[in-house]
Amino acid sequence: MTDQAPPAGETNVASGEALVRMAGVNKHFGDLHVLRDIDLEVAKGEVVVVLGPSGSGKSTLCRTINRLETYESGTITIDGQPLPEEGAELAKLRADVGMVFQSFNLFAHKTILQNVTLGPIKARKIGKAEAEQRAMDLLKRVGVQEQAEKYPAQLSGGQQQRVAIARSLAMRPKVMLFDEPTSALDPEMINEVLDVMAGLAKDGMTMIVVTHEMGFARRAADRVVFMADGQILEQQAPEEFFANPRSDRAKDFLSKILTH
Amino acid sequence: MSSLFSDYQIWTALWATVKLTLISAVGSLIVGTIVATLRLSPVGVLRFVGTSYVNIFRNTPLTLIILSCSFVLYIQLGISLADSADPKFADVNGFRLAAVGMTVYHATYVCEALRSGFNTIPIGQAEAARSIGLTFSQTMREIILPQAFRGAVVPLGNTLIALTKNTTVAVTISVYELSGVLKTVTERDPGLLNLAFMVVGAFFILLTLPMGVGLGWLGKRVAVKR
Repeated sequence: MTDQAPPAGETNVASGEALVRMAGVNKHFGDLHVLRDIDLEVAKGEVVVVLGPSGSGKSTLCRTINRLETYESGTITIDGQPLPEEGAELAKLRADVGMVFQSFNLFAHKTILQNVTLGPIKARKIGKAEAEQRAMDLLKRVGVQEQAEKYPAQLSGGQQQRVAIARSLAMRPKVMLFDEPTSALDPEMINEVLDVMAGLAKDGMTMIVVTHEMGFARRAADRVVFMADGQILEQQAPEEFFANPRSDRAKDFLSKILTH
Repeated sequence: MSSLFSDYQIWTALWATVKLTLISAVGSLIVGTIVATLRLSPVGVLRFVGTSYVNIFRNTPLTLIILSCSFVLYIQLGISLADSADPKFADVNGFRLAAVGMTVYHATYVCEALRSGFNTIPIGQAEAARSIGLTFSQTMREIILPQAFRGAVVPLGNTLIALTKNTTVAVTISVYELSGVLKTVTERDPGLLNLAFMVVGAFFILLTLPMGVGLGWLGKRVAVKR
C-alpha cells in the first residue's frame, strides 16, 4: 500500500497551508441552530477527526463542506476557491472533494467496476480503458479487486465501504470527507475500513473524518475537533484531547464512551 | 365469420390498433420521462411546468383530448400532420392526430409511474452521484432514471395495458382501428354484432395478456437489489 504514489489530486495551496477553510458558517434546520459560527481550517495533508455526541452537528458540518447541505451565512473555501452556489461550477468543485457516506451509497444498478469508473469517465472525461485500469488499481489497493464484476448488494458492508472509498479516490480528490464511515458496519468489518483510511492518512491525504472510533482518532488524527450543540468547543492534538479535555461537555462525552 | 373478416378489414383494423399502441407508447414514454424530469428539477419554474402538465392532461377525459386534436388542432387551427396531396390524407392525418392525443394523455401516467419509481431510490444514490461531481442531468441519466425505470416496470406495464385498450377512443375521430369495426358493423350489419364484439374482445385479450405476464416477469428480473 505504501509503495504507491499518494492518491491526492494537485492543489493550488502548498503543503501545510489551509486547504479547507470555514469562516462564520451558520445553518438552521427550522428552529434548530445546527451549525453555530463554525470557524475551521484544515491544512493540506492534515487529518482532522470530528467527535461529538449525536445531534451535535458534526455530520452536517461534513456535508456542508461539499454543499450537500446548504448554509445561511459564512464562507467556505476549498483550495482557495469559494464554494459555488449551484450548477456546473459546484459539480466541478465536488469532483475535487471525495465523500464517503455512512450507508456507502454505491450505485445499486452498476457493477463495482462501473461504480468506480463512472465519475472519472463522466466528470473528468477520462477514456474508458484508462479509467478501468485506474479503477482496478484502486480496487486492488482497498483489497476488493476480486469483486469488480459483482453488484453492490452481493458484497459485505465492509467491502462496499472500501469500494466507496475507491470510488472517491478515483476522482483524485484534493480532500476526502468521511461521514461516519463505520457506523453502519458489523463490528468485525470496522477494522478493514479503518485500515484503508489509516493507509490514506499515512500517504498524505487531507481528510476530515466524522466518527465514533476513538482508536482511529488516537492512531491517525493530527487534530481532534470536538463539537456539541452545533459549536466547535475545542480542537487539540488527539493525545492531549483524550488525556486533558478542557470543556465540561468533552469531559462528559469522554467519560461516557471511554469507561467500557 | 368469413364475411366479418373479408368485408370489414379486421386485419387492417388490428394492425391500426397495434400501430397506434406502439407509436403512442413510445411517444408517451419519451414525453412522460421529460415531464418526470421537469418535476424533479431544482428550478421552480420547470417543476411548475411539469406539475401543471400532469394536472391538466391527466384530469381531462381522453375522449375530449382526442376530439380536440381533430376539432381544435386540425379543423380550427389548420394544423395537419399529413401531406394534403396524399389520397389517404384523411386517414393518415386522423391516425397521427390520434397518436398525438394518446401520447399527450398517457405521458401523464408514465410520469406518475416513474415518480413512483423515484420513490424506490434512496436519497443517498443522488447524493453519491453529486459528490463525485456529476451534474443534475448526468445524475438523472446515469443514476436516477435507470433505477426509476427498473422500479417502475409494473406500473408502466399497467399504463401500457390501459393505453392499448384506450386506442378504441380513436374511433371518435374516424380512425379505423378495432372499435371502428364495431362501429361499422353496428351501422351496416347488426346481425354480426355479437360475433364482432367477441372477436374484437378476444383480440384485445390476446394483445394485453402477454403484456401483463411479460412485464411482470421483466419487473422481477431487472429489479434493483439493495
